[in-house]
Amino acid sequence: MPNSPSQTTSARVGLFVTCLADMFRPSVAFATVKLLEQAGCNVEVPEQQTCCGQPAFNSGDNDTSRDIARQTIDAFDGYEYVVGPSGSCIGMLHYYPELFEESDPYHVRALELKSRSFEITSFLFDVIGMEALQEQLNKLQFNQKVTYHDSCSGLRQLGVKQQPRELLSQVQGVELEEMEEAETCCGFGGTFCVKYPEISNRMVSNKTENISNSGATTLLGGDLGCLLNMAGKLKREGKTIEARHVVEILADMTDIPAIGEADYDLAKAL
Amino acid sequence: MQINTPFFKQRASEALHDENLQKALGNLKAGFPEKRAIAVSRMPEFEDLRDQARDLKNHIIEHLDLYLEQFESKVTENGGHVHWARTSDDANKIILDICKQVNAKTVTKGKSMVSEETGLNDYLEKNGIQPVETDLGEYILQLREDHPSHIIAPAIHLNLEDVSEAFHKNHNRPKSDDPAVLMQEAREVLREKFVAADVGITGANFCVAETGSTIIITNEGNGDLTQTLPKTHIVITSIEKVVPTLEDMTLFQRLLARSATGQEFTVYNTLSSGPRREGDQDGPENFHVVLVDNGRSEMVGSEFQDMLRCIRCSACMNHCPVYGAVGGHSYGWVYPGPMGSVLTPKMIGIEKGGMLPNASTFCGKCESVCPVRIPLPKLMRHWRQDEFSKHLQPKAARYGLAGWAFLAKRPALYKTYTRMANWFMKHWAGKKGRIEKMPLAGGWTDWRDMPAPQGKTFMQAWKEQQKNGGSH
Amino acid sequence: MSREEILNNIRRGVKRNTADDTARQTVLNRLSAKADNLIPARAQLPQQEQIALFIEMANEAAAEIIELDSISEVPSASAKWLRDRGIFELVTSSTAKVDALDWSPLAEKDIQRSQRVAQAGDFASLTDSFAGIAETGTLMLHSSPQSPTTLNFLPDNHLVILSRSAIVGVYEEAWKKIRAQFGATLPRTVNMITGPSRSADIEQRLQMGAHGPKTLVIFLIND
Repeated sequence: MPNSPSQTTSARVGLFVTCLADMFRPSVAFATVKLLEQAGCNVEVPEQQTCCGQPAFNSGDNDTSRDIARQTIDAFDGYEYVVGPSGSCIGMLHYYPELFEESDPYHVRALELKSRSFEITSFLFDVIGMEALQEQLNKLQFNQKVTYHDSCSGLRQLGVKQQPRELLSQVQGVELEEMEEAETCCGFGGTFCVKYPEISNRMVSNKTENISNSGATTLLGGDLGCLLNMAGKLKREGKTIEARHVVEILADMTDIPAIGEADYDLAKAL
Repeated sequence: MQINTPFFKQRASEALHDENLQKALGNLKAGFPEKRAIAVSRMPEFEDLRDQARDLKNHIIEHLDLYLEQFESKVTENGGHVHWARTSDDANKIILDICKQVNAKTVTKGKSMVSEETGLNDYLEKNGIQPVETDLGEYILQLREDHPSHIIAPAIHLNLEDVSEAFHKNHNRPKSDDPAVLMQEAREVLREKFVAADVGITGANFCVAETGSTIIITNEGNGDLTQTLPKTHIVITSIEKVVPTLEDMTLFQRLLARSATGQEFTVYNTLSSGPRREGDQDGPENFHVVLVDNGRSEMVGSEFQDMLRCIRCSACMNHCPVYGAVGGHSYGWVYPGPMGSVLTPKMIGIEKGGMLPNASTFCGKCESVCPVRIPLPKLMRHWRQDEFSKHLQPKAARYGLAGWAFLAKRPALYKTYTRMANWFMKHWAGKKGRIEKMPLAGGWTDWRDMPAPQGKTFMQAWKEQQKNGGSH
Repeated sequence: MSREEILNNIRRGVKRNTADDTARQTVLNRLSAKADNLIPARAQLPQQEQIALFIEMANEAAAEIIELDSISEVPSASAKWLRDRGIFELVTSSTAKVDALDWSPLAEKDIQRSQRVAQAGDFASLTDSFAGIAETGTLMLHSSPQSPTTLNFLPDNHLVILSRSAIVGVYEEAWKKIRAQFGATLPRTVNMITGPSRSADIEQRLQMGAHGPKTLVIFLIND
């Protein structure tokens, strides 16, 4: 794996937007683009992408998963790296090889896509490297007590744990207060949260309790699915803790209202 | 045992509102996972042991017929008998026959999940034989006419008060709420049962092919008394429990207690190799091993083969946030938690068991602690594939998925749709930035707010930005 | 029959028939090699340190260790231990080692010794042990005509003689030791015992002394 900035500077990176960032929080995708460009990458957004296919995969619909995998593999053909602001969606890309017989040409292509696709904080920390980022990060200021939720796929499938914390540690003013059970699922689980709403509700309630108990004023995470779930619950409970995707801090885009906060018009902001 | 798995959702809902159960489940979280973490931290080779255990189990399954034959011949050589049971019924009949042969009236039992699987207690009772559970947890449950909600901590769903109540009702002694007194009470009452029993039935954690031995791995010592005092010892176990040698068994011994209770080793690890020998003053005169299949042999070579590696440690359920929320009884049959969500549909059919593999967020915590690295989420996903191909999922879910798939496979149409949905939700939310109620979204908004979109999709905004010169 | 159905199902699953000699040979090789798997470094120590580790781990498992200079001190140490607790009976095994001891110190303290199987209601037993395993502070005992298994489980208190020289580092060494003595056929019962009986079945609160002995005393003999 290339690990020096010189090798990655001007790398051609395909942004995997992820359907939730596309639909709910484009600013997360813009923040990702900003971070990648600051790291010297040439970012492109392939038109033919939609969703990673996880809803079909986790519902047992492998034909649809395969169709979407092919579409995604084709869409991201030729990029040096594929980067997205979600451990869950990038994790799904890493499952693609399982969907194809070894004799299928897409099998090799899926393996190859897997080898060059990264969750954003992992890409920044593991591929670009702290040396190239430090100066930029040190200029940032975010005077908040933050707590970090480790999203399941990112943590257990992709090994994303210290990367966002290391990056955040370079931002001035950030005080990290770890919550109890930071690695425990928030209860989102894609369709799980609507298939088993009561169980999901219990899980997210446990989560918001741990978040509150941490004393943090801002909840950070790397996956919009979990963040929408936790932010939605915090709001419903009337808590004032704000929820943000970690890239919003790292890309200095904290002037945008936090998740589920006041009305924000992207159209005007652009 | 009655199958209540199809009612998982209702049972889970009741469990979530059951304050006593929730209090009891609180004990689990603070207990096993933390102790496991400490035990693992004291064993630097733990991850390597897990790899080896996975590989060894795979080797065993690939040669399962041969190891079982070897085990059988060694048990026979030791003077014991091996019986093969294709189904639960077969197993129960075999055991009843042995009991009848020795004119058994009472039977003591050590803890055995396989016997729960076959419904042995009910069967013996119907046939005039009184089984007495001797594991403290199982004994409490028997008094309450209850069933285990956990594979190694069967009474985890109960509180002290429940036990106190049950003992008071059944033991004719003053009521106590001191666990030590209650345990002493059970010790005294059961001591008589141990001595009086005609047959002792235990499970086995492993069967050693090399020596024809079965091993029980316990803490209380009831299993040892169960198998030593009566004239006949019957081991009920299942075919995948065979291991080649003592050294191979030891690999699993090092993993089992640490994964289960977080102990370095349990108090009693006891190997039984046949009936008493010449000159022995105690020990059973007859030794029987009943090898139960009950669907396991069909799992060999199937997409569920990995599940045969399971050593029943319970780490998966101890760490499962769904199990932790709803407890074991919600699962509606013998095996709860992630391992149960894979195994139960195999044993009762996916038509009845389909709720379970769906009741997972695929958070992967179970797989991350499994001592034999069973890819539990992947196996649950296999069940969902099976359900999907048989059209067993609810209509709304299937149509919803089909509609979404139609769009997701057509990028241009998808963009139009998401643009519209974004616009709609943005306007539905108004100035608040979040949605408190929305048609068709009750599954979400009944419980939590839905953060509103930012007014444009990224794809839309990006395109516009690129057109306007690409500055951002 | 069930047996053939089960075995055939497995063979179908692994795509192999009974005539497959390679598979059979693989199995025979594994069974005869009795090879070690990964052995943790913890107990791979010089013997003196193994003894120290045994003591540490056995204590952790709530066993009581009494160090004695010679096995001849066992009767008087037992007498003292029992008398201190108001126990006036001791059932012992009748292995050569136990029988060779001068048990008169028991009688001096009015403690009656019998040699038989254990019975419900026995207060204390004393047995010999086959090995001590340092890794987890585990005792290994086995059944024999001279050492009934009930002695290890029924009495409230179990006293065990363990020679320092019988302490090995890891379980694997104990298996080798037992094979060296018994060959291919194990004693009917082999007990690995780590501390006294316990249960946490009531509210996950650990209570000592469930069905087996409430105390486990190890007389560690300096030989």
